[in-house]
Amino acid sequence: MTENNINPTGDNKLLAETHSTRKISWLERTVGPDNYRILKGLVKTPASIIGMILIAIFILIAIFAPVIAPPVGNDPFKMPRDGFVGEPKGPGSPWKKNVPDVPFWYQTLTGNEEWVHLLGTAQGQYDIFYGIVWGTRTAFQTGFIVVVATVLIGVILGSIAAYYGGGVDNLIMRITDIFMTLPYIMMALIFSSVLTPILGRSLLPPMIAMIAFGWMGYARIIRSDILSIKERDYVLAAKASGLKSGRILFKHILPNAIFPTLVLASLGIGDVVLGFAALSFLGIGTEVGYADWGQILSFARNWITSLDKYWYIVVYPGITLTLFVMGWNLVGDAMRDVLDPRMRGKS
Amino acid sequence: MAEKILDVQGLETQFKTPEGIVHAVNGVSIHLDEGETLGLVGESGCGKSVTMLSILRLIQSPPGQIVAGKAIFKGSDLLAMSQEEIRQVRGGQISMIFQDPMTSLNPVMNIGKQMAEPMLLHLGITPKEARERSIKLLESVGIPRAGERLKDYPHQYSGGMRQRVMIAMALSCNPQILIADEPTTALDVTIQAQIVDLVIRLRQELGMAIIWITHDLGVAASIANRIAVMYGGFIIEEAAVKELYANPSHPYTLGLINSLPQIQRKGRQRLYSIEGMPPILLQTPKACPFAPRCRWVREKCWQQNPMLESIGENHKVACWVDTTTGSER
Repeated sequence: MTENNINPTGDNKLLAETHSTRKISWLERTVGPDNYRILKGLVKTPASIIGMILIAIFILIAIFAPVIAPPVGNDPFKMPRDGFVGEPKGPGSPWKKNVPDVPFWYQTLTGNEEWVHLLGTAQGQYDIFYGIVWGTRTAFQTGFIVVVATVLIGVILGSIAAYYGGGVDNLIMRITDIFMTLPYIMMALIFSSVLTPILGRSLLPPMIAMIAFGWMGYARIIRSDILSIKERDYVLAAKASGLKSGRILFKHILPNAIFPTLVLASLGIGDVVLGFAALSFLGIGTEVGYADWGQILSFARNWITSLDKYWYIVVYPGITLTLFVMGWNLVGDAMRDVLDPRMRGKS
Repeated sequence: MAEKILDVQGLETQFKTPEGIVHAVNGVSIHLDEGETLGLVGESGCGKSVTMLSILRLIQSPPGQIVAGKAIFKGSDLLAMSQEEIRQVRGGQISMIFQDPMTSLNPVMNIGKQMAEPMLLHLGITPKEARERSIKLLESVGIPRAGERLKDYPHQYSGGMRQRVMIAMALSCNPQILIADEPTTALDVTIQAQIVDLVIRLRQELGMAIIWITHDLGVAASIANRIAVMYGGFIIEEAAVKELYANPSHPYTLGLINSLPQIQRKGRQRLYSIEGMPPILLQTPKACPFAPRCRWVREKCWQQNPMLESIGENHKVACWVDTTTGSER
């Protein structure tokens, strides 16, 4: 008996060749198997893929805005005006005053050398194409800031309610209920029109108003998720090993509970942008001429009776807004299916 | 006689539910000697786990509430300590292993970080030292390539390995008492045996006292020095392990031991089972909780609940009837 041959050496190479093991990607390692399943489900349905492509296109437009529509003057968010005539001009009409630099792609694509109003002008000769391109940046900006702020408020309040329970829970959730009964757009409108004289005309008043009345959903979701995670064995085990309650909440409960909230929040951007456009359309928010989809639409208010002639002042910004919100909603629907426990194992 | 390290006296724990107050633990008195292993045996819902969770004050309140009793650990009452003091005891001096290793580890935190947490808290060591100690501990509980596996997540470990990790974590701060709450129930039989062997070995090396909660009399016999049997929130019999298996005196203990399958039994026989269901603990029991299922039951059993009384050296039982003769004590 030679020892070398008989004792196991622990060399599993042969085994690895015959039995293929499932490779675990770094993504699955970092987010955990449950969350990985959610992410995987997101890129499975055609609808969610279309949604993601739409979102990706908008991200590209936002990033390359200076190339797509070169700015005139110092503030790129100020839509350039071709004169001060009230009546809108149709798509393709020549640009006379305040002409921006012609971007390099224009000549190769169209063969023209003169820059025109690609999508026409709105009332007051604001260029619609420019407004839509730079308005994408405004949309992402407001969307992200409002969503991040509402999620923060929601998560803080929701986790305090869920973790401490009892009277604290009751108080916070009843306040949440009261906020939920208030009609959202109405309250945002009133609140931001109260804020406008104080803060001036800018993005701030409608954003603050939307934050103030938009956090309730997140508070409810995170609360219910924490309530379920709180009962898990590993939380009891963490308590039994003497950890402080703050550490248990932030290291053991929140990381396990927050994922659905974060995903839903990222998809809330569409709704926020829609609400923001509505406020803008009603005349709340940025100063006149700021690149913002709702603002362009609001220019159409005076021409609404003759849209057969001036259709482009509504159709182009409207389509843009619709596509943007649809992109987020398509991904959101896929998300809801993946998160729905009844759908588990079917997709 | 050895020093008592833990002395629980008259512990009562109740839960408020919509149906009424559930009397989960009804005046349990039990002690643990230094270096001793106590087996706590009983069926599901008889109050074993609640007793242990009460001692560490891990009962959710509300609805749970410790109504009465003391738990003297090294001269101070665990039930009267401040939150901060009891937190120092948990994990540091008394640590706990839970039933289901599959759910006892945080799925989004890697093993290394989870193991380090209690050590950083109780031992006051640096993260680097904690890491080295984790590797040693994992090796001592039989996990190969411990250094590499520290950065793995719980779902990359099998059930038996996770329970080993739980044991390593529980022992990481040199506890004086280890409470094991059915640590082998969720594992298959071969892994059960490995875990029991592991704990026996570690007990010899580290010398801590163990409270081993189980409903498996076989496992209890293989690891415990002394066994306490619980029923309906009471301790109904308590004896040294050999004494208990040789002379089971409470009708319930007798039933439990008779219902074990025995390999030398000849022919086809039905396995013995105790008739009826365990009691619902909604009223303060005046009668013996086992009376409805007992074959020795008599008038007295319905009128008064028997106290735990000594019937021999290291043997206490709570029953009005002497089951060897069938007459009243």
